[in-house]
Amino acid sequence: MSGSAERHENDIAVVGFAQTDAHVRYDGPEVVLIMECVNALLADAGIERSDVDFTIAGSCDYLSGMPFAFVSNVDGMGAWPPVYESHVEMDGAWALFEAWLRLQTGDIDVAMVVGSGKSSPCNSREVFHLQADPYVVAPLGIDPDAMAGIAARSLIDSHKATETEIAEVVARSYASAASNPHAQIRTTATVEELLAAPYDMAPLRAHDVSPKADGAAALLIARRDRARELTDSPVWITGLDHRIESHHAGLRDLTDSASTRLAAAGSGVADGAVDVAELHVTHAHEEIILRSALNLADSTIVNPSGGPLAGDPVMATGVVRVIEVARRIAAGEASRGVAHASSGAALQQNLLCVMEGGA
Amino acid sequence: MARPCAVVGIGQTKYKRRRDDLSLDGLVREAALRALDDAEVGFADIDAVVLGKAPDALEGVIMPELSLADALGAVGKPIHRVHTAGSVGASTAISAAVLVESGRYDTVLTVTYEKQSEGNATWALSGGKSGGQGAGGTFAPWIREYIRRSGAPEHIGWQVAVKDRQNALKNQYAHLQLADISIESVKESPMLWDPLHFLESCPSSDGAAAMVLSSQDLVSRSPNPPAWVLGHAKRTEFSSFPGRDTVKPQAGVDCAEALYKEVGITDPRRQIDTAELYVPFSWYEPMWLEGHLIAPDGEGWKMTDEGATALDGDFPVNCSGGVLSSNPIGASGMIRCLEAANQVRGTAGDYQVDGARVALGHAYGGAAQYFAMWIVSSELDPAFS
Repeated sequence: MSGSAERHENDIAVVGFAQTDAHVRYDGPEVVLIMECVNALLADAGIERSDVDFTIAGSCDYLSGMPFAFVSNVDGMGAWPPVYESHVEMDGAWALFEAWLRLQTGDIDVAMVVGSGKSSPCNSREVFHLQADPYVVAPLGIDPDAMAGIAARSLIDSHKATETEIAEVVARSYASAASNPHAQIRTTATVEELLAAPYDMAPLRAHDVSPKADGAAALLIARRDRARELTDSPVWITGLDHRIESHHAGLRDLTDSASTRLAAAGSGVADGAVDVAELHVTHAHEEIILRSALNLADSTIVNPSGGPLAGDPVMATGVVRVIEVARRIAAGEASRGVAHASSGAALQQNLLCVMEGGA
Repeated sequence: MARPCAVVGIGQTKYKRRRDDLSLDGLVREAALRALDDAEVGFADIDAVVLGKAPDALEGVIMPELSLADALGAVGKPIHRVHTAGSVGASTAISAAVLVESGRYDTVLTVTYEKQSEGNATWALSGGKSGGQGAGGTFAPWIREYIRRSGAPEHIGWQVAVKDRQNALKNQYAHLQLADISIESVKESPMLWDPLHFLESCPSSDGAAAMVLSSQDLVSRSPNPPAWVLGHAKRTEFSSFPGRDTVKPQAGVDCAEALYKEVGITDPRRQIDTAELYVPFSWYEPMWLEGHLIAPDGEGWKMTDEGATALDGDFPVNCSGGVLSSNPIGASGMIRCLEAANQVRGTAGDYQVDGARVALGHAYGGAAQYFAMWIVSSELDPAFS
């Protein structure tokens, strides 16, 4: 991989990360989940709150059922004295996108990125149904899980996947999650057992849909010189891009991910070998679509954490993907990897973050 | 350092109580197309879209960037969604500027909107609880504390209410067009949250606002004059704690100090030619003049009283009519930013401040705890003396 001399002063590295468990139900407030991550991050990096130049978070008011729910989250980030801060109503991975750009303007050095969500108080299918266009799509009652069922059916009918292959994604994710202390799913299952389960949204079964969780995740990123001061194992973000597709399913090929292909070109996924990929797979067949769109080699390890199918802390899930790749690169288990985050029904919007190690 | 960025296109919808003639898609698209026309570019020239609005619950559509991507020409591109409470419109403008300043995106379309007729703003502003106090109920006690501290006479609020509505008569996009407003009619309007009368409060509007921002290299592609973004700042603090200064929040002071330092301003009242301040309730004009260090403590109301903040004063504030005349919440902060740009581009029409060269756009949100501000100029590197 690239040597240190090749790094530009505005190259940005992940220098710290923290995540909570993917709680089936966390009884305390979301702000405490955030505080856990922030405290862990700062302690790990050995810096003070005042050393963070910019903070940006991603969350969703609707999960809490309360407009402006994110306002109390700033308490968990320690907004006193007043802080330079912002918020996206998106998965925290998009907060990383803005923080990454903000540091590249060159006048500040350290940014903190937070993603958090407490989905247990809501019925996520009812809530995310409200993502649909309110005039012509939402009245049909289509929610993201139903859309995923339609996409999975298209995939099977076009001979791009079989139900067995979809079950294999789940079986492998569960097996991988066994070594992830933050995972929510603590069971294993054989492909045969999975295929014996009843359909939910045919051809998807209940286990093909990610189990929604409460949780938070946070990252610390820094500009080159500061990154090298803060850690001996910076994980460089060499590319970050996100793209969206039409909202109207009839205008899309649901068996492919055109926006992932565009983001892959924009972030340079193909510029080197991908040792590890963490993909925001909330419906099992999406892994098959994404592997193809990313043109991943058979040797790429996909979702070694178990992925969202083993625990989906909504609004933090994308940040967790970045962490799971960064952790492996920082530990020397991988040289280069890609993290993926997604938003909307049937992979409508996709973000890719390409990372590599080396001082 | 950051790559220079300029506003090269501005688009606004007519602000109204109810835009029954447009869907959400139609509303944002109307503003976006007007901004593109002003910049003389098309959707194909746009590299990324930055969308902002206040809570999704106001219209009941979650993550509306998903359903609005087609209308905003964002398919195949990045679309980014900002939400920082009432300050969101200005925060969105700043996030869009960051995309350009980073060097990664050359031309960015940024759009904000609210279609408040789809929901109930006071319900949403009360955190989704019925019987809540809403924004006016939150701010009124702090306004009373300002009056107590400063000794301001009660007519100051009425003056601001009249001035901003008279300015709005010169702005074709402004929601309220109250030709016969007077000190007397403000004073006689129903008391909502003491000391705020009905006519001292912002309306609830439908509307959208948009801008095209370009990097320095591409500014010349757009024939209309640019408004250079000289600097921007944001600060946030806790909602509430005993001893918090809710009249002059520290985050507002810090935000202004950071901004003036970045731009090189040492005497804001003299060096800034005009300001669009987020004034949803009349008294916030003098409060932000002090809270953002334009006037010394206790002196902001005197600027209002002496007419300094009028269109022909030495520090005109809210020449467009301000939030008091149009308030599609998610867009209101961006309207402040783009009206500041209108002034330095010389495109403010009947409410143009003669010779405006440097202008301030400002928004605040939450419990007066989120601040977002920018300064724009007709010159890329103006000298301040």
